[in-house]
Amino acid sequence: MGLTVYLGMLHAAERTLAESWRLVADGHAAEADLHHLGHLLGDRADARVARLAPLTERYGERYDDEPERLEAEGLGSLREGPLGLLRDLQDLYLLASFVAMTWDLVGQAAQATRDREALDAVAYARPQVRNQMGFLRTRLEQAAPQALAG
Amino acid sequence: MTDQDDRIRDPWGPRTPHAAGTAWPERVDQHLRDGVRAEDVQRWVRSACVLCSNGCGLDIGVIDDEIVGVRGRADDRVNRGRLGPKGLYGWKATDRDRLTKPLLRDDDGHLVEVDHDTAMRAVVERSRSLLERRGGLSHGFYTSGQLMAEEYYTLGVIGKAGLGTPHMDGNTRLCTATAAASMKESFGADGQPGSYDDIEHCDALFLFGHNVAETQTVLWARMLDRLDGPDPPALVCVDPRRTEVARRATVHLPVRPGTNVALVNGLTRALIHRGAVDHDWVRAHTIGHDELAAVVEPYDPARVGEICGIDPADLQAAADLFADARAPLSTVLQGFYQSHQATAAAVGVNNLHLLRGMIGRPGAGVLQMNGQPTAQNNRECGADGDLPGFRNWDNEAHVDELAELWDVDPITIPHWSPPTHAMQLFRYAEQGSINFLWIAGTNPAVSMPDLGRIRKILSSEDVFVVVSDAYPTETTALADVVFPAALWGERTGTFTNADRTVHLSEQAVDPPGEARSDLDLWLDYARRMDFRTRSGRPLPWWRTPEEAFTEWVRASRGRPCDQSALTYELLRHHSGIQWPVTEEAPTGTARLYTDAVFTTDTDRCETYGHDLLTGATVTREQHRALRADGRALLKAVEHTPPPGSPDTDFPLRLITGRTVQHFHTRTKTGRVPELERSAPRAWVELSADDAGRIGVVAGDAVRVSSPRGCIEAPVRITEVRPGTVFVPFHYGEQAANELTLTAWDPVSKQPQLKLTGVRVDPVTTPAGTSTAQQEAAWD
Ligand code: SF4
Repeated sequence: MGLTVYLGMLHAAERTLAESWRLVADGHAAEADLHHLGHLLGDRADARVARLAPLTERYGERYDDEPERLEAEGLGSLREGPLGLLRDLQDLYLLASFVAMTWDLVGQAAQATRDREALDAVAYARPQVRNQMGFLRTRLEQAAPQALAG
Repeated sequence: MTDQDDRIRDPWGPRTPHAAGTAWPERVDQHLRDGVRAEDVQRWVRSACVLCSNGCGLDIGVIDDEIVGVRGRADDRVNRGRLGPKGLYGWKATDRDRLTKPLLRDDDGHLVEVDHDTAMRAVVERSRSLLERRGGLSHGFYTSGQLMAEEYYTLGVIGKAGLGTPHMDGNTRLCTATAAASMKESFGADGQPGSYDDIEHCDALFLFGHNVAETQTVLWARMLDRLDGPDPPALVCVDPRRTEVARRATVHLPVRPGTNVALVNGLTRALIHRGAVDHDWVRAHTIGHDELAAVVEPYDPARVGEICGIDPADLQAAADLFADARAPLSTVLQGFYQSHQATAAAVGVNNLHLLRGMIGRPGAGVLQMNGQPTAQNNRECGADGDLPGFRNWDNEAHVDELAELWDVDPITIPHWSPPTHAMQLFRYAEQGSINFLWIAGTNPAVSMPDLGRIRKILSSEDVFVVVSDAYPTETTALADVVFPAALWGERTGTFTNADRTVHLSEQAVDPPGEARSDLDLWLDYARRMDFRTRSGRPLPWWRTPEEAFTEWVRASRGRPCDQSALTYELLRHHSGIQWPVTEEAPTGTARLYTDAVFTTDTDRCETYGHDLLTGATVTREQHRALRADGRALLKAVEHTPPPGSPDTDFPLRLITGRTVQHFHTRTKTGRVPELERSAPRAWVELSADDAGRIGVVAGDAVRVSSPRGCIEAPVRITEVRPGTVFVPFHYGEQAANELTLTAWDPVSKQPQLKLTGVRVDPVTTPAGTSTAQQEAAWD
């Protein structure tokens, strides 16, 4: 079942998202809001990973034969300065949007299989990830004028 | 009449108890210079007190162009003649240590006296060259909650239509940003729903993090007169300290700092479980009930008791009082506002009222309080970065209205992203992208969190700092140009208190030396910068306070804070008028939302709202999809632990606050002999338990340290919640903000000044010895 591959992919992506939030939180600690919120949102990603556990146990999680083709990239190393911050947040946004879409698709599958536990997990995770994207968009739009034109 | 000793010993003055539903009796307080009798006074000039957000109406007594005293106005709706210690004695600071000459930093780095023209030329030169090279984004303004409406509006126009910078905020960010934010989230726009008159009508009073006995003494006197009268209201006090209010409370909830959201979630759940929700009203006038109920469901009394460190039975008792009240009145202030989930907690209080439909009726209301006397004006007039008249920066039609009003191209007006809040403004200055910073009437070198960092920014070579103030302060010392400012009583203008009451304060005497009002300074700056409208008219085109006021009320027309029918003339005949003031309501409006129609229509609202956890903005499309259409929004979020919490190295929790005799960084109150004598220096409040553990007794010197700095001060043993340390924030040499953390609420951006992990050591003991003992007993 393709779902096992997607669950594995989601699991990995959420973990990467959690790490990336913490990387931004500590790497851009002078941005006080990102510092505090980054850790909180990283913890949220951990909590979502925990909600995935019963599903991956049940379905198993299989990594594709060519995992590098499926997996989302993390932030790697951080950039510096106002422009660097902008780019890092943009990368984080891409990652979060990948996670959000993956939850959506897992949700579709859960509907098709009438899997209530999976649906609950999706209902729990989806608004959170959307919120994280909303926050990143807000923060990016706030930072852009000064970073690009200031 | 009461004499001065009384008001220092008894800040609230003699009681005038009365029954529910009857008018608050008059009691006129007066204080004149020694040897001056009332009949000697040549002129009484109409004004109101500017030493807290209450805005008590008073007259200034003048003899030969000198202020000789004040007298409360018996006909004023706010105070009915009363004045507290600051109001009664505060005027004495006007003739002490004033700045009278402009100062300019010379090539050797010294501030030297110059004439006004030289100082202003230096400002304009720097501003022009930056504007040409780097554009408006290189300019920032940081103002106060103590200027006048006319000044805020004028600055707003200069910044938004002249320079085109979004970098403008007031120190109101530190005191009332959350009041505004919580009302925007719940009701769609800023604007106090309730009225002080509700105190006369309520049967239950809930004070959430509002130490009113010290912060607004006359308001507390008003409450005391109900508490001491027949049929007194029940009183619930949420405060980690055993304050004067707590001592009078029916139920005191001494919550652990940083847990307010858990508390309001617990209260909300208890209301729901008791069946106290008015479902018909909620269906007709709110949206979001089911989501709210789901968020608060896990907050049962036992769990809340554990998180907040309170007795679950007390939580239940408080909820029962709210559920049973016929007319509950809630007030909210810094205990909620200066915390990490500030907006969510304050919104939680709005929710309690919405769930029972307890809003917009005599006695049933919410007062999201302000700290400063003119904070409301900063918010209304757009000097805190918001657009004037509670307009929505994200709504093109609102921006067009302003462009029309100001006769400028809409593209000049910054509205591409939320306005820059104070903390971010200083961050841009730190990073070198704001190079021109104008600070008016505030002392960030003492009042901002993490002072070491703020001082570094203000002294940086890369930032040209202009400061206007009436006195030399820690901040003027770091400026490149200093303008001496006219004080209250030396300029004319209007300001609005926490329950929307507008007062006119007339000029009583001339300012000393070359001191000028901030209005005159900004108008002079704008003229020299030669800002113009599209049709070539100077921008701003007005010259006097009254002209500025007329322009401001014109800008408010049709908005929730409509004051279009308000004039100086009207204010000269009525002591205090509550907005809206329109042709339909020419004498003002006591309460908002009496028809339960809120400002949540997508085209009308001041904001589309935010996610309470992250501060993510709700988009216009998302807001439209909600179809709020005049219904209030019920919003809630789960409790999260605060950043900067106590840990093994810093095991205690610092909260900061005000004391009854002082205001802000004591720029004014520290110069009043009566006030200064009674509270000349900082102290550290500890519980008896903690003092014992640290090994100190009352009067011993202790060092309070955090990862950012330390201060030393003598100990007072009080009934503060064990584990919590209190330090007043007014004192420059022992500034509590040496310790505080840079962190803010994600929605209101109000700094979290109350939740810092600290350690306390006896000064004689080298730091590092007693941590283990302190820690051992904690949680
Ligand atoms: S309560 Fe506030 S406004 Fe009234 S006299 Fe005291 S300081 Fe002034």
